[in-house]
Amino acid sequence: MEPFGCKTCCAKEAVAEGSEMGNGKLVRYLLILAPVLIAWWLVYGMLPGFSRLLTYNIFGIAQGSHLGDSLEFFFYDTPKVLMLLTLVVFGVGIIRTFFTPERTRRILAGKRESAGNVMAALLGIVTPFCSCSAVPLFIGFVTAGVPMGVTFSFLISAPMVNEIALVLLYGLLGWKVAALYLGTGLFVAMLAGWVLGKLNLEPYVEDWVTKIRTDPSALPPDKQTWSDRIEAGAYSVKDIVGKVWIYVVIGIAVGAGIHGYVPEGFMTSIMGKGAWWSVPAAVVIGIPMYSNAAGIVPVVEALLGKGAALGTVLAFMMAVIALSLPEMIILRKVLKPRLILVFAGVVGLGILLVGYLFNALF
Amino acid sequence: MEIKVLGPGCAKCKEAEKVVREAIKESGVAATVEKVSDFQQIASYGVFSTPAVVIDGEVKVVGKVPSKSELLSWIKA
Repeated sequence: MEPFGCKTCCAKEAVAEGSEMGNGKLVRYLLILAPVLIAWWLVYGMLPGFSRLLTYNIFGIAQGSHLGDSLEFFFYDTPKVLMLLTLVVFGVGIIRTFFTPERTRRILAGKRESAGNVMAALLGIVTPFCSCSAVPLFIGFVTAGVPMGVTFSFLISAPMVNEIALVLLYGLLGWKVAALYLGTGLFVAMLAGWVLGKLNLEPYVEDWVTKIRTDPSALPPDKQTWSDRIEAGAYSVKDIVGKVWIYVVIGIAVGAGIHGYVPEGFMTSIMGKGAWWSVPAAVVIGIPMYSNAAGIVPVVEALLGKGAALGTVLAFMMAVIALSLPEMIILRKVLKPRLILVFAGVVGLGILLVGYLFNALF
Repeated sequence: MEIKVLGPGCAKCKEAEKVVREAIKESGVAATVEKVSDFQQIASYGVFSTPAVVIDGEVKVVGKVPSKSELLSWIKA
């Protein structure tokens, strides 16, 4: 018994030592995080008062004036949205360390249609994705036996339903619109992917794609500690918030100007419910346009505030974020032109459906 | 040493290449850096999220820009 006992105790000690080093780092991170989170929460609660103080007392602008309305809106929404964005990007950055594209592929491989479409659309929210990865990802999925339709569900959901879009919608338009966007975005991704899967489009994938053999075992193993995950969250804040803050500020400034100066109901005749053609027009204009969520949401908010219909505006936003000319051009490398047209057509129709549905409901 | 940076040419891929070059300079190791942007070649490594860094035929990182300290540890090892 003796040698065994010794062996286990030594092994235990070694393990304890190893994790202690990691733990020390983790404890340090948590000690920094806790006060930051408390400060975040306190500051967030004080924002409305702060923006009124700044606008009316420090700048001395008359309450109820156009300029006062605009400035109060700007000084409230800018810090609010940036704070929300930072928090959510940090959280999502940590969650994403659990869902690498490799893991998502393993989950989806061998899944059947329908259930697979649902899972792919959901995984699209949490799997890290940049549109320049669309092609390698498509190849990786298809060669691993993920059905085509399921792959498309992922490719539609990943860019369209993302944390930046949701935070901005929540911050500027409230949780109902954010939830609607999340729900309908997932719905479009599932439905369009399912339809595309039913159309038997395999022959329209470029021939070389199916001949490629990929060997996932060649990839480095994915070992991450909690301090790695926190570092990943901090990195994504630096990366994403560092890139989009300027669009958020500009967008809110434009929104604030419209908020104070453009008359109510200005957009009603062009983008209101009465104009039936406005939904298809919004989709057709939106598809080739390319903008990220950070640039488009403040515009969307301004349109809504001035009488545009919710369905029309949602359709426009989805078309802009989900489908873009640069992405199509990249996808052309693996898909034949016909499949790209069908892809854009099916997704466009799904978005159209959502637009009409919401204009009818609200 | 032969280092390949796989990526179609997005912002992150360029960043990865930059960090790789910096790490090589800092470590003083003799190494060649090659940017691979052809999708067939990228896929042949089994890589499907970019950027990725391959050192002497071994895939070291996929889907993110490696930190300089990570790179230095791979180069020196």
